Amino acid sequence: MDGGTMIHYILKRFFLILPTFFGITLITFLIIQLAPGSPVSLKLLGPGGAGVRSDLISKEVIEQTKKLYGLDQPVYVQYGKWLKRLVTLDFGDSYKDHRPVSLKIREALPITLLLNIISIFLIYLISIPAGIFSAVHPESWMDKITTLLLFILYSLPSFWVAMILIIYLGGGEYLDLFPIAGIVSYGVETLPFWNQVGNLLWHLVLPVISLTYGGLAFLSRFSRAQLLEVIRQDFIRTARAKGLSESVVILKHGLRNALIPLVTLMGTLLPALIGGSVIIEQIFSIPGMGKLGFEAVLTRDYPVIMAIVAIEAFLTLISILITDILYVLIDPRISFEKVHQ
Amino acid sequence: MVGRQFRRNRLAMAGIIFVIFFFATALLAPFLANDKPIYLYHEGKHYFPIVHQITHGHFSSTPHNLKAYGWRLMPPVPYSPTEYDLSSLLIPPSKNHWLGTDDQGRDVLARLIYGSQVSLSVGFIAVSIYVIIGLFFGAMAGYFGGMTDLIISRLIEIMICFPTFFLILTVLAFVGPSIYNIMIVIGITSWTGIARLTRGEFLKFRHQDFVLAAKTVGVSTPRLLIKHILPNSLAPVFVSATFGVAAAILVESSLSFLGFGVQPPTASWGEILSQSRDFMDIAWWLTLFPGLAIFLTITAYNLVGEGLRDAIDPKLKI
Repeated sequence: MDGGTMIHYILKRFFLILPTFFGITLITFLIIQLAPGSPVSLKLLGPGGAGVRSDLISKEVIEQTKKLYGLDQPVYVQYGKWLKRLVTLDFGDSYKDHRPVSLKIREALPITLLLNIISIFLIYLISIPAGIFSAVHPESWMDKITTLLLFILYSLPSFWVAMILIIYLGGGEYLDLFPIAGIVSYGVETLPFWNQVGNLLWHLVLPVISLTYGGLAFLSRFSRAQLLEVIRQDFIRTARAKGLSESVVILKHGLRNALIPLVTLMGTLLPALIGGSVIIEQIFSIPGMGKLGFEAVLTRDYPVIMAIVAIEAFLTLISILITDILYVLIDPRISFEKVHQ
Repeated sequence: MVGRQFRRNRLAMAGIIFVIFFFATALLAPFLANDKPIYLYHEGKHYFPIVHQITHGHFSSTPHNLKAYGWRLMPPVPYSPTEYDLSSLLIPPSKNHWLGTDDQGRDVLARLIYGSQVSLSVGFIAVSIYVIIGLFFGAMAGYFGGMTDLIISRLIEIMICFPTFFLILTVLAFVGPSIYNIMIVIGITSWTGIARLTRGEFLKFRHQDFVLAAKTVGVSTPRLLIKHILPNSLAPVFVSATFGVAAAILVESSLSFLGFGVQPPTASWGEILSQSRDFMDIAWWLTLFPGLAIFLTITAYNLVGEGLRDAIDPKLKI
């Protein structure tokens, strides 16, 4: 592999990310600025005040509040200022409690990432072996049962599953095995480190299940289809003809080639999971990005909304870039020059 | 050919039957669950209160006290979805209330029946909106290529990387939650899949002989796009739209669950589930049945989608 080409490719791709990123943040900025109502009336009149009865407060108070938040300037000036501050990772102060948004993000992002990374790891860990099994024994009754089971899981709404898990395993009426709110118990700081980790994982069991099961079906069927396609190819026949054992043929020759496209799915999986974790974090009261965003939307906390959109868009773009690079690194048949075109 | 392939797929046929059942429920909801009789015989006159309600918007021509007099035929579920009854709060499934009642004494089955109207209309209208947008952009990008393609492809890329669910939530919080806003927002944010499919199809067809032939005989460009190329590219779009209905129903129920959907007292499956959160450990029927309704509907649409995909193009089967 030519290192120069690779750096060239990565740089080029990175600069292609920028217009997309600006597009996303600009559209979001316009949407929240042009929407009816304003955070000023919401702030001054309390919930339900946005957009209605703003005549109740004197003009001066409104103007002052607007000035305080910089909302008196034209939209393009506001967006320009937002971009300028973004360079130093300054997302402004939250309208709600005037704490810096970057601080809030720093608390919430690791939680959401942890939740989603565990979930992605489990999805791959479970669905690839399931897919291999189905591909090695195609049309067997086990294959049919796994396919059907995963299909059912795929169609179950995650928030409903979360509720059922809370009722049956979270001390509703039946078993009280897992905690149902937050990510650590009260007073956990006094425990030794490993007990703290254990406590965290214990809290994450139900939310992780709710996030994970839906992704299993897609990935396992995808790996089944990939492996089936590879197994039909000539080099597998050659390997068998050579007298290699079936497990070597499947695991060493087949799987290696079949797994390459699975890598690319990681890029689409992460954003989908982060989107889905809004509702899961809400149900389990997990103080992550989803819950932060949900509350920001309700209180029209513009700086927080912008920060969340910007960070999630950035994560998505970066994960797509990383998977593209991995793709080329893993599969020698694809080169950066080819990807260029 | 496609039809025969499809009918051979038993799971897909089961899906279709459920989808038809679901449609019928939504369309016939007033006759299936209502506190007014379907037919009433009173002092020598015949009345059809529900039909009258649908055609005139009120019950005025019927006798004042519908419950007191005459021979009548009640709907199978003799409760309206919004009428509360404080004497029968949180009753478990029983002979009178097949699926129990909620915390305001409303019949859960009646609410589920009316909830299907919300899911059906959101599913269909939202998907129709984004199919139209996706077809338009996809066709433009695929047929004209060049600069048009570049701009539209960029736009698609931006939309794909958008945190869509969060965007939908933001817009709904700002413009106000309602079923129409949900349809429009899902429609505007979900067109990229269809656009990419259509773009690919139009790219494939634009240099083929039948297109060249049509051009030579002087067919205008809009006509060429709509009458000649479009019908050839619709099959994969149709498959994708079927899966899309399932996805839209799921998004609607998630939004209603979060309180951004239809507003009370209108019933929707997600809204019933959201109400049930406060009574999770004492009223299991409030959680179980709306969840099952969502699950069965989504499964049915996904089965139909898979059946269609396998029938149209067996190569795509995974």
